[in-house]
Amino acid sequence: MATQHSRSAARMMLAPAVILLLGWMLVPLIMTLLFSFKRYLPLRGGDLGWTGFDNYVRFVTSSAFWPSVQATLVIVLGTLLITVVFGVLLGILLNQPMWGQGVVRILVIAPFFVMPTVTALVWKNMFMDPVNGLFAHLWKFFGAAPVEWISDASLFSIVLIVSWQWLPFATLILLTAIQSLDGEQLEASEMDGAPVLKRFYYIILPHLGRAITIVILIETIFLLSIFAEIFVTTGGAFGSRTLTYLIFQRVLESQNVGLGSAGGVYAIILANIVAIFLMRIVGKNLDA
Amino acid sequence: MARAVTQKRKIINTAAAWAVGLLIFFPILWTILTSFKTEATAVADPPVFLAFDWTLANYHDVLERSNYARFLWNSIFIAGGSTILGLIVGIPAAWSMAFVPSNKTKDILLWMLSTKMLPAVGVLYPIYLIFIKLGLLDSRTGLIIVLMLMNLPIIVWMLYTYFKEIPGEILEAGRMDGAGLKDEILFILTPMAVPGIASTMLLNFILAWNEAFWTLNLTAAKAAPLTAFIASYSSPEGLFFAKLSAASTMAIAPILILGWFSQKQLVSGLTFGAVK
Amino acid sequence: MSTSFRALMGACAVGALATSAIAETTITVATVNNGDMIRMQSMMDDFNEKHPDIKVEWVTLEENVLRQRVTQDIATKGGQFDVMTIGMYEAPIWAANGWLVPMDDLSAEYDIDDILPAMRNGLSYEGTMYAAPFYGESSMVFYRTDLLEEAGLEMPAEPTWEFIREAAVAMTDKDNEIYGACLRGKAGWGDNMAFITSMANSFGARWFDENWQAQFDSPEWKEALTFYLDLMEEAGPPGASGNSFNENLTLFNQGKCGMWIDATVAASKLTDPNESVVADKVGYALAPHKDGVSKNGNWLWAWALGIPAGTQNEEAAKTFVEWATGTGYIEMVADKQGWANVPPGTRTSLYENPEYQKIPFAQVTLDSINSADPNNPTVDPVPYVGVQFAAIPEFAGIAGQVGQEFSAAVAGQQTAEEALEKAQDITSEEMEAAGY
Repeated sequence: MATQHSRSAARMMLAPAVILLLGWMLVPLIMTLLFSFKRYLPLRGGDLGWTGFDNYVRFVTSSAFWPSVQATLVIVLGTLLITVVFGVLLGILLNQPMWGQGVVRILVIAPFFVMPTVTALVWKNMFMDPVNGLFAHLWKFFGAAPVEWISDASLFSIVLIVSWQWLPFATLILLTAIQSLDGEQLEASEMDGAPVLKRFYYIILPHLGRAITIVILIETIFLLSIFAEIFVTTGGAFGSRTLTYLIFQRVLESQNVGLGSAGGVYAIILANIVAIFLMRIVGKNLDA
Repeated sequence: MARAVTQKRKIINTAAAWAVGLLIFFPILWTILTSFKTEATAVADPPVFLAFDWTLANYHDVLERSNYARFLWNSIFIAGGSTILGLIVGIPAAWSMAFVPSNKTKDILLWMLSTKMLPAVGVLYPIYLIFIKLGLLDSRTGLIIVLMLMNLPIIVWMLYTYFKEIPGEILEAGRMDGAGLKDEILFILTPMAVPGIASTMLLNFILAWNEAFWTLNLTAAKAAPLTAFIASYSSPEGLFFAKLSAASTMAIAPILILGWFSQKQLVSGLTFGAVK
Repeated sequence: MSTSFRALMGACAVGALATSAIAETTITVATVNNGDMIRMQSMMDDFNEKHPDIKVEWVTLEENVLRQRVTQDIATKGGQFDVMTIGMYEAPIWAANGWLVPMDDLSAEYDIDDILPAMRNGLSYEGTMYAAPFYGESSMVFYRTDLLEEAGLEMPAEPTWEFIREAAVAMTDKDNEIYGACLRGKAGWGDNMAFITSMANSFGARWFDENWQAQFDSPEWKEALTFYLDLMEEAGPPGASGNSFNENLTLFNQGKCGMWIDATVAASKLTDPNESVVADKVGYALAPHKDGVSKNGNWLWAWALGIPAGTQNEEAAKTFVEWATGTGYIEMVADKQGWANVPPGTRTSLYENPEYQKIPFAQVTLDSINSADPNNPTVDPVPYVGVQFAAIPEFAGIAGQVGQEFSAAVAGQQTAEEALEKAQDITSEEMEAAGY
């Protein structure tokens, strides 16, 4: 169908985006690779020469490495779980007939517009502060001792904050998918007297497979690199140091660019493992 | 009978949805309310919800201390610029992948997305050094370029999924009528794709507006947007909940209002191909 | 034409040239969002009046963000800032790298000899001052006179840690949200580590021995950290592991702290009735020491203005620095907002001023500052300079991580022994990596 003419035109139209992204990927990547094989300490005079794989060995053998991979996975998976489960439920709820649907939808998507720094500051200070936070007041009202969220439940707190941010996104995409579900089919099953759970499991859920995959893909991309939420709340303490945060500490706090760059290379490898894994699933779903 | 059931169900649905909606919205509402309290009231025990002396003093303080207008303008300029630039690069790319797919299309698309997974902090030094060389530090141009590149994969992906849903026959028909490639994109495709483009535009504007790593690290005074504005209000000395709330409200209000007014457009195109 | 006339002409010409050359000079000043710096920004009318040819752009950031931002910029010679707010930790390290403009040609009017010797030394490298102190601080004990009286105790001028513990426990009334000891617990080399390191000094501990070997396995460290953790558990507020200066200030001002050991600059904020509900019930004492140890647990710090070498606007930047850290600024603030609000801890003349001596915390602040000795901070000899830090480039990174371990111990997630063991490992590992 496509003519030779349109094929070459298409390539030309694709080229700028590909070239730009290639440059955006390769230039910093090559520099990072270069730095990662060097002793690069800005506070000690900068580039102090080649050092082989020292930085790579040091980065993984540091006691902070595996816990940081673990923290990364907990935050990503925890957030995905919460946003997808509640996203589906919320999507179904919002699809029901009700009064003021538009307003409710506005309320639900609002967190998505809030910048991460503000989100983290507000949650940390005004909700999770163990003395002046709203949660502390609430707990005391019910006679319980206030929870020290940031220190005693650091990962849970971060997952909660990040989930609040990303729930709207998941809800919107899943809601669109639910709306596209054939109403008649649902009604028919309702007439048949199929119980709610069964209807959900056999009709709604399979229909949402594709949407859920998309939500997981897009969210994972953003969640792997969350930073402000950790910087503002725990500063990486209490076991909430993710791989991204560990690199940040190496590069900016310790001013060890070589070591941080080696960490960056590891993070790229990890991200690509995740990416390949995800894209397998998505790729399959894209064909369907 | 059936009618009564529906009515009852509608009431339950409404109550449930509103409860959940308000719960989700509550942190924002609380921030806005707190911004009108005095610092002492903001930490009052027990907390006061509405019955306090409303004051604009915090906004007054914040406006006096910071050049809010400049931060705001920078945010608008940078987010807007990167979105427009992204669309200029992204629309042709998405068009090409959607209508003239090759066996590499899917790989290219997925590769584009994977570039977003590079941890920004890992490449901070390289980018900073490049920016020094190019004289782009603390310039809006520099940030526009970086944010455009960051969000380009999302732009292309969103547009691609949207374009794909446009039936190819319409384009065929246009071609029969002798429409050139340029006309095809301008007069046939674009009008049909407006909802998708609008939605992409909005989403990217939001993402660029909220980006807090590069906008903070690559700016000083001239190009600093609202993310840098907020960084001067986090944990200062003394009681700060009310001032923090006022600053937060000022940082998120423009985008919140924009989002609310355009939520129909945003929602209509925000599918990422989730619906087949 | 007489020589003097020619000289005058020349001077005019130079003057005209100079004005036209520096007209429209814009300098960018990076600073912390601390109260005194915010106040400085509200005083800019005076500067603009005196120097209409210099326009000042502010970049105000939260402390940790600011540190990373300016360090990154100066290390890469990014040239984004003409004046940077830095501390005693950065000044000597950066000066050694040749990154700062020496402050050795300031005007006679500036009177550099008036600067407190402790501050000047701390901001100098090889005898030359590289950053001008905007305000200086040590740390001391703030306590609630009413609560201490209720407890039937009296604060000695130089309390011991044992006394502090006794008083803290006696003052604590958790049901009424009164906590005897509000101490820093939030992780960060400038947060909990500033406090804990100073405290450890007063227990006879040190970071490194003369061969740069980490000393966290010493009995002194164990005693100090155990004491700190016990005190926090018995008399600390909830969430202490997240509290630093600002959080504790808020708690004290709300009347929820019995005692607080922190920066001397807090004094003016605690006694401001607009901010504090306990403004008239605050007492002061020198930072504690362990019975029999000669060092007090107080630190020494200054927020100072430094000028990065290579800036295009060095002259304008210097003009600004002289204005902001000169005696004229102090007098102006005193005039407009009262003596209690002037930036403290930088100038001898301030402490000799009879007006300032009337401020209740003036003398104890000066005594605290004078009792801290960065060149000789610990009981046993050390190879580093600095009281609550070691002025080596690696320190911030190491202490940041050690601080997280200690903070986790405050949160009850590990014991003192575990935290110290990890601290020892982290420090040894990093020092080895740095080639010590």
